[in-house]
Amino acid sequence: MTLAGWFQIILILALVTGGAVLLGRYMAAVFSGQKTFLAPGENIINRLAGITPREQDWKTYTLAMLAFNAAGFIVLYGLQRLQEFLPLNPQGFSAVPEALSFNTAMSFVTNTNWQSYGGEATMSHFVQMAGFTVHNFLSAATGIALAVAITRAFARSGVNTIGNFWDDLVKSTLYVLLPLSIVVAIAFIALGIPQTLQGSIDATTLEGVKQTIALGPIASQEAIKQLGTNGGGFLNANSAHPFENPSAWSDYLSIFAMLVVSAAMPFMFGRMVGDVRQGRALFITMFLFITMGTAIVYWAEATGNPIIHALGIDPSQGNMEGKEVRFGLAMTALFAVATTGLSCGAVNAMHASLTPLGGLVPLFMIQLGEVLPGGVGSGLYGILVIAVLTVFIAGLMVGRTPDYLGKKIEAKEMKLAMLALLILPLVILGFSAVSAILPLALSSLANAGPHGLSEILYAYSSAAGNNGSAFAGLNANTNWYNTTLGISMFLGRFAYIVPMMAIAGSLAAKTKVPASNGSFPTHGTMFITLLVGVILILGGLQYFPSLALSPIVEHFLMLAGKTF
Amino acid sequence: MTTKSVAPALFDSAIFRQAITDSFFKLNPRALSRNPVIFVTEVVAALVTAFWLRDLLASNGTAWFSGQIAAWLWFTVLFANFAEAVAEGRGKAQADALRRTRIDTMAKRLVIPENNDRVYSKVSANTLNVGDLVLVETGDIIPADGEIVEGIASVNESAITGESAPVIRESGGDRSAVTGGTTVLSDWIKVKITAAPGHTFIDRMIALVEGAERKKTPNELALSILLAGLTLIFLIAVVTLWGLAGYSGTTLSITVLVALLVTLIPTTIGGLLSAIGIAGMDRLIRFNVIATSGRAVEAAGDVDTLLLDKTGTITYGNRLATAFIPVPGVTEKYLAEVILLASLTDETPEGRSIVALCKGTYALTEPKMLNKKSIIIPFSASTRISGIDIDGREIRKGAVDATLKYVKLTSAKAPAAFNEAVDRISRTGGTPLGVAENGQLLGVIHLKDVVKPHIKQRFNALRAMGIRTVMVTGDNPVTAATIASEAGVDDFIAEATPEDKLAYIRAEQKSGRMIAMCGDGTNDAPALAQADVGVAMQSGTQAAREAGNMVDLDSNPTKLIEIVEIGKQLLMTRGSLTTFSIANDVAKYFAIIPALFVVTYPELGALNVMHLASPQSAILSAIIFNALIIVALIPLALKGIAYRPVGASALLRRNLLIYGLGGLIVPFIGIKVIDLVVAALHLA
Repeated sequence: MTLAGWFQIILILALVTGGAVLLGRYMAAVFSGQKTFLAPGENIINRLAGITPREQDWKTYTLAMLAFNAAGFIVLYGLQRLQEFLPLNPQGFSAVPEALSFNTAMSFVTNTNWQSYGGEATMSHFVQMAGFTVHNFLSAATGIALAVAITRAFARSGVNTIGNFWDDLVKSTLYVLLPLSIVVAIAFIALGIPQTLQGSIDATTLEGVKQTIALGPIASQEAIKQLGTNGGGFLNANSAHPFENPSAWSDYLSIFAMLVVSAAMPFMFGRMVGDVRQGRALFITMFLFITMGTAIVYWAEATGNPIIHALGIDPSQGNMEGKEVRFGLAMTALFAVATTGLSCGAVNAMHASLTPLGGLVPLFMIQLGEVLPGGVGSGLYGILVIAVLTVFIAGLMVGRTPDYLGKKIEAKEMKLAMLALLILPLVILGFSAVSAILPLALSSLANAGPHGLSEILYAYSSAAGNNGSAFAGLNANTNWYNTTLGISMFLGRFAYIVPMMAIAGSLAAKTKVPASNGSFPTHGTMFITLLVGVILILGGLQYFPSLALSPIVEHFLMLAGKTF
Repeated sequence: MTTKSVAPALFDSAIFRQAITDSFFKLNPRALSRNPVIFVTEVVAALVTAFWLRDLLASNGTAWFSGQIAAWLWFTVLFANFAEAVAEGRGKAQADALRRTRIDTMAKRLVIPENNDRVYSKVSANTLNVGDLVLVETGDIIPADGEIVEGIASVNESAITGESAPVIRESGGDRSAVTGGTTVLSDWIKVKITAAPGHTFIDRMIALVEGAERKKTPNELALSILLAGLTLIFLIAVVTLWGLAGYSGTTLSITVLVALLVTLIPTTIGGLLSAIGIAGMDRLIRFNVIATSGRAVEAAGDVDTLLLDKTGTITYGNRLATAFIPVPGVTEKYLAEVILLASLTDETPEGRSIVALCKGTYALTEPKMLNKKSIIIPFSASTRISGIDIDGREIRKGAVDATLKYVKLTSAKAPAAFNEAVDRISRTGGTPLGVAENGQLLGVIHLKDVVKPHIKQRFNALRAMGIRTVMVTGDNPVTAATIASEAGVDDFIAEATPEDKLAYIRAEQKSGRMIAMCGDGTNDAPALAQADVGVAMQSGTQAAREAGNMVDLDSNPTKLIEIVEIGKQLLMTRGSLTTFSIANDVAKYFAIIPALFVVTYPELGALNVMHLASPQSAILSAIIFNALIIVALIPLALKGIAYRPVGASALLRRNLLIYGLGGLIVPFIGIKVIDLVVAALHLA
């Protein structure tokens, strides 16, 4: 580890914090209906789409969201299956196979952006732009809308409605994602990322070898890929590819862009519920994990692999396998932790090549849920469900039945919160356990030993956690994985959202209890400690046995000098 | 404190023996299914027992191990049952004492109720109907709950209150309710029966104390859902571990997987949850307060606002003399002597306090008046003045305007010092009494409502707990404000009518607050019913007792504060043991996971931070710890965690340190110690 490395990490996190505070304030104004400088555009969209922003109860809101996403899924599936008949297909790709289309459609609808395919060799420009880029916006906007809805549930008192889905969807796209991505895309173009409708160019190298260089509208997709914590790259190598991430500067901007919207959500929450300290506490919790995680990965990678050092490789460089020299250890560590703490899934290095402990952190960050800071919107509603649980467990210790922000947490909320929290372990551990002994699934593995189990666990964690990054090494483009991962993404997203929205509905209807000296304080160090403890212990207890059998044992095997 | 019934020793031997028997009866799965965590433990205990039998028949050498695991799983269930049985046993002991008062009594039912001739027929109390009129005379036991329609009697209510001093019950007013099972000591009363046999106050108390009507309270229900959810999550983690272990060729036995499951699911809090609830009710009962439901006890912990009656709670209830102020030309000493003479025969509390002040502050001795000729002028509502004619002296004291009339002055002509004193006393909420002798104005007596000592500190403590206190009084706003500031309450309702109380409660509830109040009169009933915690006084009317959700047998309104503390204590105990239970799991993983995979991955031995002797002893030690911790925490569950009136932040910090951090560390030590014993005894 170097001072310069730490300086870069701290500088970026500080910039993100500053940006998040400002963006959070702006978003609070937007969703309270105060900022309407794009009102003409909003009116035109509303008129064209026939939207009258009438307040909805949680059921109507959720149904609208589900219907919208179902339609999006069908369109995405259709676009891929009909690819050969559609325009902007300079490479002449044929229809995408059924299982892969299902997987990919689900992947982009759920903001996962898991890619079982190589983008430049499978998808036409039209599918990438009209399908994927559009959904990069819409799935992110869906997340923001839902987060705004549950925020209103905490802010309001004794009402049945939590906003209008269509209105929130339009506002988050028009006022938040679109302006930000235009700015970021222009910056990316300035930093040298290609933006063209040309397919690919053929080049002859100095050795006289013919080479095909893939091109396309990369910068624009790159901007929303990061801002919307989508993570689906235009190119297979994702942000490790020089066309997606050419320099250290574009790397900084990528990390900033992927973190800033999710980081702004808690600040927006604080403002909208009328107590900025509440949002700050959630933000600090999220960023404590990012910082601790980065420190562990950075340390593990800088320490490197003793087996390789024994071969005479310079140990001072750390573990550089699978990393880009232009980013270095520090920026790889921060990128890996940010992308998994978020549910982004963009990668600028091969996670499978991280040291066992270095790989354990990203895997564990995904398994802890979409909370650290999680995807845009999904991170906020994710951590709010855990905060509700934390308040319930620890709140009783002050001698009152627990309330969070003045909303009493009772049997109904507990039932729904447990329902939501059951989904992730059920999907991740369930599918992993089956794949771990199913010959059909095992044949996809590239690595033997505990590393192979890590690949399986990572795939299902990534899918269920709507992350989308891959541990590499696992051939996921098989019917088994495409189907089960698709199901995992669906459950990880919507089976969490529905109970979460039911909680929102129930909370909105409750009268706010005014805070007093006797209330459980949810803004100070004590609450942050508790929240960190609950996330760590609850997550740890669920996944410790499985992790012990994959990265943890791999680490001890590495120390013992064993290879597979 | 007015606690009268002494709690039995934590493990009274009779209760103890009964509880042991009961814990076996409670193994009935149908009863256990109310408690998901312990129910799962019982199911897997049966499963492992089956495996043990198979191992025994196959004699494959693992029977000794699986047999011990099975035994400790059954112990875990039994210990949880035992905790509940002990808590119930303590309640039952109380109920038995009450039941003794319910021996069948004979009632004197009036044959012709309209008549005054007191002709009655003797019938069994069990055959009385609601609306019957009975006659109860000296020495009789009141056959059932009722209202006195005629007469007055002193009644011994020690059967329910534990207080042996008799109380007066009379028809009309707020003291007309009588309780079945209590005894009339003198005089006679005619009682109209208001409760059918089997539904009297004592019957309901017995049912409550025994826990016969025990339902899960809202918070208990929510906590059970959390525990069931955690159990499911761990079930997923353990079941899938079989497949994940299969990847590396390890076949885990059902016995060890079950051991892992049971150590992870929250058996500690699951086993103690109902005991904590029963013990909370029990603590309240020992405090001589009966709650009609566990829900009410829980609500008490949540109270935001206390409505306290001024009289009796905040002040002593009688205006007491605190100073004598003479007019110019009269010495204070002389004034005091005159006042003493005028008050010697005044038997009102005010009069007695005046005499006490004379003898105390002014060090006067009682003059001998026996041989002197004296005429006592008693106080009357029309003259509003009293006094004495003695040795030709005419001494008068009374309301200021009445005294001025007596000395033939108007307030404009009265001495300035006199007016000033009267004004000052009135302004501060006191009552001025004028004093005159032979038509001459002498001075003023300052009477005031004296706030109880230490009450201000109590209210400060409540404020630290986040609870607002509101004083309710019939006084005018000026008087109310003075006493309110002196006592340190947060708000007051002056010139309060029962409707005002109700309106205040509704307004507070509308803004999300929870209210507690106490009351005894029939006109308090609507407010008692509306309040989240309504404590009716045992001495109050039947209507009030029906409306509230608690009855204070000592009729002491100050107890409201302690009731809130008991509610908080109940919730805190629940929360702390839940936190402890979940924190415990970390150590158990470090014991069991390396043990499970030691064959495939000996390298995982690095996680065996406790250096446990062998894989078998590690698993056995974890499961033994898991069972024993339930027993170890029974006393804490029954006694409850000490509540301190400090702010929520301080409480949280303290409990988190003890039960959160402690919960992380204790099992590491405990499992290690048990492992040493297990290894020394060659159990595994």
